[in-house]
Amino acid sequence: MSKSRGEGLSRRQVAAGIVAVALVPLAAGSRAAVAGDQISTALEKITGGAPVTEGRVKLEISSLAENGFSVPLTVSVDSPMTADDYVKTIHILSEKNPVAEVVKFNLSPRMGRAKVSTSIRMADTQRVLAVAEMHDGSFWSAEAHVIVTLSACIDGG
Amino acid sequence: MSMTSARIVVPKTAKRGEVVEIKTLIKHPMETGYRRDHRGQVIPRHIIQRFVATYNGEEVFSADLTQGVAANPYFAFPLRVEESGEITFTWTDDRGSTHTEKAEITVA
Repeated sequence: MSKSRGEGLSRRQVAAGIVAVALVPLAAGSRAAVAGDQISTALEKITGGAPVTEGRVKLEISSLAENGFSVPLTVSVDSPMTADDYVKTIHILSEKNPVAEVVKFNLSPRMGRAKVSTSIRMADTQRVLAVAEMHDGSFWSAEAHVIVTLSACIDGG
Repeated sequence: MSMTSARIVVPKTAKRGEVVEIKTLIKHPMETGYRRDHRGQVIPRHIIQRFVATYNGEEVFSADLTQGVAANPYFAFPLRVEESGEITFTWTDDRGSTHTEKAEITVA
């Protein structure tokens, strides 16, 4: 990784933040924000502070990636994908890549199902969060932790 | 660099209302802008920023990409087909270069 981690937050501040969050009784919707500061910041931009509830989203990604240059993932959302009940967008966010937002998918009812596959880069062992915005403006998420043996971004492409 | 090599998988035929799976892959370095060459010079960022799929002219799926997407971007997604027609795929990179592929699907 060629970008500094932590974005100006000291390790102690981050640790304090994690403790503070851990002390707050965990509502279902608050889990996503624990994932990491970079993810929280990106999430705030996406949701504008609206609550994110864990559930309805399924994130399939290997828990052990030998090659961080290309890690396959599939994200699906429990939705009928009809004209009046569908998934608008799915964001894939990374905790430790140089850029938090990996990719944003824009879906439509014409798809019939809410399921997308791609391959992403992973700079380090880290958490990945998938956040879906529904047609009604509600946000749902799923999280995964991936151990990366060979990191992307060190050298090579 | 022009984008000339893309592969798409679209069924030739489907039943009305069927949800088919579409797969696309395009050859592209997705250069992050973080790497340096052997002289220590930063290799400029060069990534596909947007991918759009349309079905008979209507956008059905799109993706906004960052450096976090692996080289040779791959996408697989479903599409519910209601009528025969044309599915187009367009990739646009940050140098304004675009590549388009088209596929016909016959719905019985």
